Amino acid sequence: MANYSTNEFRPGLKVMLDGDPCSILENEFVKPGKGQAFSRVKLRNLKTARVMEKTFKSGESLEAADVMDTDMQYLYNDGDFWCFMEPDTFEQHQATENAVGDALQWLSEQDVCVVTLYNGSPLSVTPPNHVELEIVETDPGLRGDTAQGGSKPAKLITGAVVKVPLFLDQGDLIRVDTRTGEYQGRAAAK
Amino acid sequence: MTDWQPGISLDRLRQRGRILAELRGFFQSRNILEVDVPVLATTSVTDRNIESISAGVFADSGLCDVSAYLQTSPEYFMKRLLAAGSGDIFCLGKAFRKGEAGRRHNPEFTMLEWYRCGWDEHQLMAELGELIGTLLPGSAIQKISYADVFIQYLEIDPHRAELGCLQKLAVEAASSAWSDESRGNCLDLLFSLVIEPQLADGLVFVYDYPACQAALAKCYSDAQGREVGRRFEAFLNRVELANGYFELTDGQEQARRFAEDQQARIVASKPEMQVDQRLLAALESGLPECSGVALGVDRLLMQIEGATSLDQVMSFSWDRC
Repeated sequence: MANYSTNEFRPGLKVMLDGDPCSILENEFVKPGKGQAFSRVKLRNLKTARVMEKTFKSGESLEAADVMDTDMQYLYNDGDFWCFMEPDTFEQHQATENAVGDALQWLSEQDVCVVTLYNGSPLSVTPPNHVELEIVETDPGLRGDTAQGGSKPAKLITGAVVKVPLFLDQGDLIRVDTRTGEYQGRAAAK
Repeated sequence: MTDWQPGISLDRLRQRGRILAELRGFFQSRNILEVDVPVLATTSVTDRNIESISAGVFADSGLCDVSAYLQTSPEYFMKRLLAAGSGDIFCLGKAFRKGEAGRRHNPEFTMLEWYRCGWDEHQLMAELGELIGTLLPGSAIQKISYADVFIQYLEIDPHRAELGCLQKLAVEAASSAWSDESRGNCLDLLFSLVIEPQLADGLVFVYDYPACQAALAKCYSDAQGREVGRRFEAFLNRVELANGYFELTDGQEQARRFAEDQQARIVASKPEMQVDQRLLAALESGLPECSGVALGVDRLLMQIEGATSLDQVMSFSWDRC
């Protein structure tokens, strides 16, 4: 793989650090007028999601990580693995529970997700920003109470639990922002 | 495409124009002569941590290709004027540094530099304080030695601490491999990452730099018998603003330091830089005892305007050029 020097560090660049693939979040150039130049770099470890800060001497380099973000369709779960497919090539990839991580609670079959491949196998899965899911369990709805005010927990078909307004009922379809886990509104029945 | 637009707002553009006029007014009212010196020359600095942007002046003419450099500061030309008997002078112009770009850096920037004959660095710090006071009235001013600032924030004497101890602290501050770094690099790193962010509000002068970072300043033995350079730096709200010296006037000592720089550049595989022989000749002929300081005008604007990046106070920063 190629090497990237500190002056090529940009947000989103994927590099290897201490044997793990990392994504660069920020790179700040620091230099005393007469002194050595540094790069203060914030990185996220793509395996552990941990964010760390490191300082490099200007001109130091890191190896590029063989990491690629690819849009893939979620097909099914066979009990051990979650299966995703590249829509163009129909190539299928098996993701472990660890790689699917928190995305698990939002995934419906056929959803198009961003699957991050590291050395060709799924490292992490990012669900669509918005999903539409059915409520399977919640306290009975209070009809007419559509004004602002209270909320109640509702369990969705994928297992996620979100806060919803009181008037919603079991069987209702809602729209959720997966980045915040927040209820966005009712969705039209499919 | 929207980056045809300036990074600076029109209000700030007007403010910038006023500040430039105020800076000139400050020096004119003190009878200091404005000089404009070349930004393009056949030699440049040998500093181990400053790179010059080169230019091919006669490259297309069929004559021999004389390589030239955009100047990293007006210092050498101003010293030649001083040696020629100019008396007190100031220069408000452009300076260039290769590879420096970021929130607080731009490869081309505006520099204010001035020299006071017969003054030492403490008198010059006082004048810089007055200048900042006229632009940012009520700014607090603090003076602390390089040794004391390290003792205060890191509990070590930067002049006497073992190299191993500096390296260990540098590794902790950088959270990466710094174990084989030089004394100067470790001190720079610790200053930038640990000390600078903790400095007080307002103007803070740090003086008596380690001898290995004396650059073009005279050296002397301080009260504790430590060899230090009579160099100072000024920080405004934790941003490095200015660098000054009680100037080295000894041509032979200057030649020795240049040779040391060249050696360090070879070791670090950096481009070789020829020594400016005209500057050395000027020192040989006699530079008057003087102090000089260079100040980053764009950074000053940043502080006056409360801006978070140079792009907000420059007409067109590098990303727009």
